[in-house]
Amino acid sequence: MTYDLVAIGTSLGGLSALKILLGYIPKEFPAALAIVQHRHRESDQALSAFLQKFTVLPVHEVEDKERILPGHVYFAPADYHLLVEYGHFSLSVDAPVSYARPSIDVLLESAADIYGERAIGVLLTGANQDGVRGLSTLKARGGATIVQAPDTAECPVLPRAAIAAMAVDWVLPLAQIAPHLIHLCGESTDR
Amino acid sequence: MVFTNGPRGLANLLKPEDVDVHLLIEGLYQRYGYDFRNYAPASLKRRLHSFLKAEGMATIALLQARVLSDPTCAQRLLLGLTVTTTAMFRDPSFYLAFRQQVVPLLRTYPFFCIWHAGCSTGQEVYSMAILLQEEGLYHRCRIYATDANDRVLQTAQQGIYSYRQMQDYTQLYMRAGGQQTFSEYYTASYNNAILRPSLRERVVFGEHNLVTDGSFNEFNVIICRNVLIYFNQTLQNQVHELFYNSLCKFGILALGKQETIRFTKYEAAYEDLVKAEKLFRRRG
Repeated sequence: MTYDLVAIGTSLGGLSALKILLGYIPKEFPAALAIVQHRHRESDQALSAFLQKFTVLPVHEVEDKERILPGHVYFAPADYHLLVEYGHFSLSVDAPVSYARPSIDVLLESAADIYGERAIGVLLTGANQDGVRGLSTLKARGGATIVQAPDTAECPVLPRAAIAAMAVDWVLPLAQIAPHLIHLCGESTDR
Repeated sequence: MVFTNGPRGLANLLKPEDVDVHLLIEGLYQRYGYDFRNYAPASLKRRLHSFLKAEGMATIALLQARVLSDPTCAQRLLLGLTVTTTAMFRDPSFYLAFRQQVVPLLRTYPFFCIWHAGCSTGQEVYSMAILLQEEGLYHRCRIYATDANDRVLQTAQQGIYSYRQMQDYTQLYMRAGGQQTFSEYYTASYNNAILRPSLRERVVFGEHNLVTDGSFNEFNVIICRNVLIYFNQTLQNQVHELFYNSLCKFGILALGKQETIRFTKYEAAYEDLVKAEKLFRRRG
């Protein structure tokens, strides 16, 4: 299977987890990475600017209709939901989902709808259940699913909820997630 | 139309559910004239699914059959597809930038017109009225506040909001550079806050559909924040054409914080006035 999109969701503890995960990803990574990190509605671009220091991939706070390019990292901006369309992102200011805007469920469900089996969904450390429903939907649509091993998560609530709710394809310690993504996406480029 | 012998390329074939969405949207247009055909599909589908849930229906196909035969269901759907997320002084940094960078430009006009397109329930219109009052410019302006939905416009026209929200609005007002005491702008009545009627003295509320209606005036400022995100790029280009033709030379266009003209045909027609706040200025 060829993977074109890696959709990642995280809340509490996400910043340090993302720092490690993104730090491993090489410049020639063949898929796009879209990330929802729960954040305050008025947080500025400090989050993406901070994470840019730890990755060789260009980091963007998504603007409406921005093109989805492989090897780029896209953050859901504060106070907007991030959705996937064919070839580009869309934003919405619809009501919060599971009390969150941006919501992980919204990203994963639209990734499932558009990319299906060409998407990988990843849930990292988090303090609530936003993301669980989206990951189940992605799995049902043939996408690959990865969850951070709860004992390596700063806050294990989200990983535990995901593992309890569905048959996750891979439960991995944080340090092994990026190598596995490279492996999964690298396999596809060899074909 | 081009006829070919075989089926279309696999990549171009729609999933069954997308065909149903397409038929529903086409039906809404053909039967009632509501035009959602060029809305951004991802958020439209989400809204359709929450509407399905609220109506207790299982599939888009069922909804389609129902909507076509039941105008009241179509009305409810129309409301369900209307986005009403708003607040007074939503994104306070925007109002601060407007005060600092746009107000000095407006002072140079003896009279100016503002179009607030997609004003929803009106909170952001009243915010602008307050700002202009405090800057001593309100008597020199006319604000046209429009929305496609008459239900939300009625709320906007009344200027009565839940009292519970006022605490939140007060915070936003202060961070937006507010110069007075926010409570002076409303009267509390039971659970409501009634905004001072003088705030709508210079406001004209009216129905206007960005998808189907044309230009109706020339404006010095057009404010349209977080509305175009619900449109696809074809429709965005169409609305930007409308805005461009409705703005005077060197007029100001204000979009939402994560909106951009970068991916439209009108990118070269504007320059940044305040980049971070998406305040653009029409070139000559």
